[in-house]
Amino acid sequence: MTQLDSELALGHRPATSRSVPRPISGFTLGMGFVTIYLSLIVLLPLGAVVLRANQDGLSGFWHQVTAPQGLAALRLTIGASLLVSAINAVMGTLIAWIIVRDRFPGLRVIDALIDLPFALPTIVAGLVLLALYGPNSPVHLNLAYTRTAVVLALLFVTLPFVVRSVQPVLMELDREMEEAAASLGASSMTTFRRVVLPNLTPAILAGTALSFARAISEFGSTVLISGNLPFKTEVAAVHIFGQIESDNPTGAAALSTVLLMLALVVLVIFTFVQRWATRRG
Amino acid sequence: MNIRRRGRVFVPFVLIVAPALSLAACGSSSKGGASGSDVTLSLVAYSTPQTALDAIIKEFNKTPQGSKVKFQESYGPSGDQSRAVENGLAADVVNFSLESDLTRLVKDDIIAADWNANATKGILTNSVVAFAVRKGNPKNIRTWDDLIKPGVEVITPNPFTSGGARWNVMAAYGAQLKQGKTADQAKAYLDKLFKNVPVQDDSARKALQTFTGGKGDVMLAYENEAIFAQQNGQAIDYVVPDQTLLIEMPAAVTKTTKNATEAKAFLDFLYTPPAQRIFADNGYRPVVDGVAKPDEFKTPSTLFTIADLGGWSEVSTKFFDPENGIMAQVEKGIGVSTTK
Amino acid sequence: MGKWLGRGIALIYLLALLIVPVGIVFSRTFQHGFGPFWDAITAPNATHAFRVTVEVAFFAVIGNAVFGLVAAMLIARHRFPGRGALNALIDLPLAVSPVVVGLALILVYGRFEPIGRFLDSHGIKVIFSLPGMVLATIFVSLPLLVRELVPVLEEIGTDQEQAAWTLGASGLQTFRRVTLPAIRWALAYGIVLTLARCLGEFGAVAVVSGGLVGKTQTLTLYVQQEFQNFDPVGAYSAAFVLAVIAILALIVINVIRPKEHN
Repeated sequence: MTQLDSELALGHRPATSRSVPRPISGFTLGMGFVTIYLSLIVLLPLGAVVLRANQDGLSGFWHQVTAPQGLAALRLTIGASLLVSAINAVMGTLIAWIIVRDRFPGLRVIDALIDLPFALPTIVAGLVLLALYGPNSPVHLNLAYTRTAVVLALLFVTLPFVVRSVQPVLMELDREMEEAAASLGASSMTTFRRVVLPNLTPAILAGTALSFARAISEFGSTVLISGNLPFKTEVAAVHIFGQIESDNPTGAAALSTVLLMLALVVLVIFTFVQRWATRRG
Repeated sequence: MNIRRRGRVFVPFVLIVAPALSLAACGSSSKGGASGSDVTLSLVAYSTPQTALDAIIKEFNKTPQGSKVKFQESYGPSGDQSRAVENGLAADVVNFSLESDLTRLVKDDIIAADWNANATKGILTNSVVAFAVRKGNPKNIRTWDDLIKPGVEVITPNPFTSGGARWNVMAAYGAQLKQGKTADQAKAYLDKLFKNVPVQDDSARKALQTFTGGKGDVMLAYENEAIFAQQNGQAIDYVVPDQTLLIEMPAAVTKTTKNATEAKAFLDFLYTPPAQRIFADNGYRPVVDGVAKPDEFKTPSTLFTIADLGGWSEVSTKFFDPENGIMAQVEKGIGVSTTK
Repeated sequence: MGKWLGRGIALIYLLALLIVPVGIVFSRTFQHGFGPFWDAITAPNATHAFRVTVEVAFFAVIGNAVFGLVAAMLIARHRFPGRGALNALIDLPLAVSPVVVGLALILVYGRFEPIGRFLDSHGIKVIFSLPGMVLATIFVSLPLLVRELVPVLEEIGTDQEQAAWTLGASGLQTFRRVTLPAIRWALAYGIVLTLARCLGEFGAVAVVSGGLVGKTQTLTLYVQQEFQNFDPVGAYSAAFVLAVIAILALIVINVIRPKEHN
């Protein structure tokens, strides 16, 4: 071993050369800290959920997942989340378009407000929606205890995802192609469909994926306005909460695992879409 | 405005906010917990008595044995609170709405087996099963038979998740027996009753929210819950049917308490006339004689207790076993899950 | 024409979903004047709930700030096997439902689990106590700072750091005097995001806290409790405070964002 190697092994910066990477000890310390932190807080707990779900084997897992009330909750959650994501794909793109391409007084404020559902606590979001769409609605529109209320709550909390995903892409978009298409006689609809949309699609898909993942996980905003009626307006997260409180952590873990798997699938799709987007340049 | 100037505004902002937050954090960590002669009792109760217990605690703090006692209170659905204590939630005094929520803790050795050896057999407050109706009782619901009329929507929680719902079911069943019906006829009544239940919430408090939120024509409720809703401005009335069940809510000191003297002193205080009077003001029927004002609570012509029906241990198995209980069959009949 | 239709639809959607409901909460909070609002938020349970919220958020933000800096430096400045896995793992909390977070922590740190029992025998209570709530809040806000720092670190490159190196600065000195100032806006942005997220957590703490009034009841749990106790003034007032904090965070973020991109 040269003197350089031995000094490196001791974690010392070599006195002779200054173009060597950082001391190994700093890296090791950092990795150690990060690994322990993540293990104690994320890995171990999530692992425990999956483990507990399979406590009674695969048949036990299936039994818990297909219990009627839980199944109803899952169906409602997935159905509502798909609907919400579809709405977001359209409305989110529209809103992003307006924010980027339009000008009118107050637009900047609206732009800032889009992030409010990110920042607002979910229980407050529930209260906010209840104020307008609950029993004491000033416009006499009482949607409490209905599935519409669930959809409403999910729309609120997922509002920013597609908007913020599409916005930066729109801003960077080169308008020359659109102008060229227009000068060739294409209507704005055609231009949008064949010139703009293909460029936006990865961003829209990414935002929709995020929106779906968020929607299936939602808890706080549905608690107040949906009434959490079993079999009617009870979403998966609320049902899991009930299972925990009713001392059935195995059932809770089983349903949680289903949600985790769904979210994982969505995350994988998201990653692929991102790679596809960067490959397109 | 260039970056550096804005930075000068931002950095002081952060410098002010950060210490403010740490101050708030330090402030709260120095409060609470035993310090010297101060004792903190942990009170774990079901959801409704919060107002009453808060007022009683204030009175307790005025007494010599209660002057240095602080309280940490936790309120929630009775079953959930009981399971929480079982799972490690620290408790010195507990107050539940169902005896089985308390006896569960006896099995875990958290509560002594002789918890009910006092004059009232461990029962702190009473109530009755009543019908909560819309203000003015537009559908004129007064008897158990009115509940099974077609088109009447009855709200009651799911008896397999809510302890409160079990009182409702047993009141309905017992009322039939007291009317002279046979056991089979009483069970048939339960079938008809639950066909009129559009939805079964997880807990009694949630069911109350559903009802006050506009769903249903009548709700089976603890009388004190209905009174609580009324006192908080909800537009409901309540009817005490002629035959109904006495609801008995137990309270006890835990074995795991580190402040046995103070806990016992507080429990004893809960039975004194001033404390029972506060309970009465909040809609509970006191267990101590001479506290309730005449005509304050309506006396039904036939008031029966769970003991008349066999006691909770027998009833829990016969009616609420998730596979074979009578209620399990009723629920299966209308397609509602009984298993967790 | 199409332009006005598009504008109209978008505006109506935003008004109906976002702007009007928020406005109604603001107006309902002060429906009976400032007095009842003030009484509601200075009520002992409300102030205790606020303190608990701040206390939990304080520890969670510090934990995630340290973690965020270290993890971001590792990811942005080093190539090592498992880097992709680390990245994905850090992003994972974003996809987990808050209730599942609570369950996950109970299954590890609950009284009847191996680790929980060990801690319990040494007098350390995690579930139904502050540490559990801090862990839950750390979990849900874990990725926020890292995701802000990594792109910026990658963007500014290592030139300045290398320069400091060759001039003889130690690793720590380089970090303190070269790296940190360069990322300070991203750091501030990430910390404000993390703080806002921590202050607003509901689902995860609802599961692990036990809702001990005055001890483990956060302001969000307090809103739910008051609503279910038929105390709309109390619920709306606490919700208003939380909404104001959220809006303040938004304002600060919008002030920082342009600087971050410079």
